Order: sequence, then structure tokens, then C-alpha cells
Amino acid sequence: MARVVVDVMLKPEILDPQGQAVAKALPRLGVTDVSSVRIGRRIEIDFAGEPDLDRAREIADKLLANPVIEDFEVRIVEAAAAEVA
Amino acid sequence: MRIGVVTFPGSLDDGDAARAARIAGAEVVRLWHGDPDLHGVDGVVLPGGFSYGDALRCGAIARFAPVMETIIDAARGGLPVLGICNGFQILCEAHLLPGALTRNQHLHFRNRDQWLRVEAAGTAWTNRFTAGQEILIPVKNGEGCFVADEKTLDALEAEGRIVARYIRGNPNGSQRDIAGITNEAGNVVGIMPHPEHAVEALTGPSLDGLGFFTSVLQALAGASADGQRAGGQQ
Repeated sequence: MARVVVDVMLKPEILDPQGQAVAKALPRLGVTDVSSVRIGRRIEIDFAGEPDLDRAREIADKLLANPVIEDFEVRIVEAAAAEVA
Repeated sequence: MRIGVVTFPGSLDDGDAARAARIAGAEVVRLWHGDPDLHGVDGVVLPGGFSYGDALRCGAIARFAPVMETIIDAARGGLPVLGICNGFQILCEAHLLPGALTRNQHLHFRNRDQWLRVEAAGTAWTNRFTAGQEILIPVKNGEGCFVADEKTLDALEAEGRIVARYIRGNPNGSQRDIAGITNEAGNVVGIMPHPEHAVEALTGPSLDGLGFFTSVLQALAGASADGQRAGGQQ
């Protein structure tokens, strides 16, 4: 299987209130050495044939990410490794 | 005048939007997300709700609905389009309006009556208001925090494209208290609070919302009269 992973993150300058809420909750777990948490989204795309990074980039740019507020990265992953993970 | 109200899977306020347009005096045409035909409408309302279950991002999937492909082209050609709440999110996703609507800063869904100050009173959807007029309409959103880069915000201010700002409290953290904006031509307006819920004394906090719907009828009547005058001179 040909899998491409797309990671979508809010741009650094965009406030992430969800991440802040998680960061504020961490002391309740006894974790006090975390300065910041940012939450993004991981999307796995399985191509029928060969993995196509350009196609994945197009999908990410048009639909998966909103370029006004988000950045994205695409990468090919070995399906076997992904299954194990 | 025929005003189309689009229903997406997950739209909630299409019924109220249709009712508001009807009360304002429009002939209402219900439009379906899967049908690219606009059925000859003179203006379109994209209602509030949770189109496609807010999958991915609010409005991200709706933007690619067959009806939206037609609406995007028509809006670029001058068709009056009002996006309310989820409709505003769809207009931003469709790049008909700049910026984006993100999770409320306090993370709470906020549902209350909200005071706004109308600023751009020259748009197709606000010409029945006066600049500076204060109005009270309900706000109800979880992802209504308007964000854009500083350059875009400065341009919106400089070009008089901020349709309304929150006053007496910002319910979601929107930058510069922005509740609604318009495109350069003034035919496309997005607003986060819900004018369609403030058109009748029985159910609304005021009748202030009606102005959005009577405005578009006025704009269309003006355009029609101009067309007739132009036609008469030929």
C-alpha cells in the first residue's frame, strides 16, 4: 500500500486555545516542565498505486489545510512500518 | 425578488433564514447542496449550522458542494451572497472573503444576545442600516473567532469592509472585535451572529436582523431600476 501522511499544524502566529487548555491541564498530572502545547492533525492517505507526493500536496493545499491559518507537510511512509506503529 | 436559501447536510438555520427573507418580502427559493442550479435567484443566503458535520474544518467540505461551485462564480460576478455563521465560515473557506473563523478563544460554545455596531452600511446586505447603528441579534457559535494577518486586517479597516463589530463584550475573541466583513464589491457579506433569529418580536431579542434581508431587496430593486433606465436609453 502506498501511504502518504499529511501533518497539518496551525501557523505559529495563530493562537491555539486547545493546546493552551491541554498545557494548563498538565500540572494536574504532575507535569511541570512543559512550556507549550500545540495541537495539529495527522491525515493518512492511501494511494491505489504509487504514492504521489505532488498529488498529496495538492489535496492538502486545496482541502486538508486552510493556508490562511495552517501549514502542512507531506511525507511517504512505509505501509508496513505504519501498520506496526 | 427571489432569494435562495441553501440547505447542506447539517444546516440548522435554513428554515429561519427562509422565514426571515419571506417576512422581509422576498420570494424564497430553497436550494439544495447537491444541485448546481440556482433556479434564477437574485441573491443567496448560506445559513448557519454544521454543514457536513464540521468535518475537517467548519465549511471546508461545503465549499466543494456542487451548489457552491455555481455560487462562487456568481458571487464573483456580483450576485448578492450572505453567509451567516457556518455560511460565513463557508465563504472564508471558498476564499470569497479573507481570513478564517477559528475555535472560540475560551473554548466554550457561546449562545446569547449580542450587541453589534454596524460599520459598512453600503453593502448589498446592510444598506438599510446607518453607519454606527447599534443592533442586538443572537450569537451562537463554537468557532467564531475571526482571524487574519495584520496586513489583511489593516486593509479591511482601510477599505471600510468591516460590516459589524462586537460591542459591550467580544463573545469569541475575534480580532479587532470583528463580527462581519464584506468583499471589495460589497455584494458578499459574512456575519457570525444570526440576523435571521431577530426578525419577530415573539422569538427574537429585537427586529434588528430584518434589516439584512430588506437591504438586499432594496439593493436588487435599485439594480433593477438602473437596468431599466439603462435599457430605456438604448
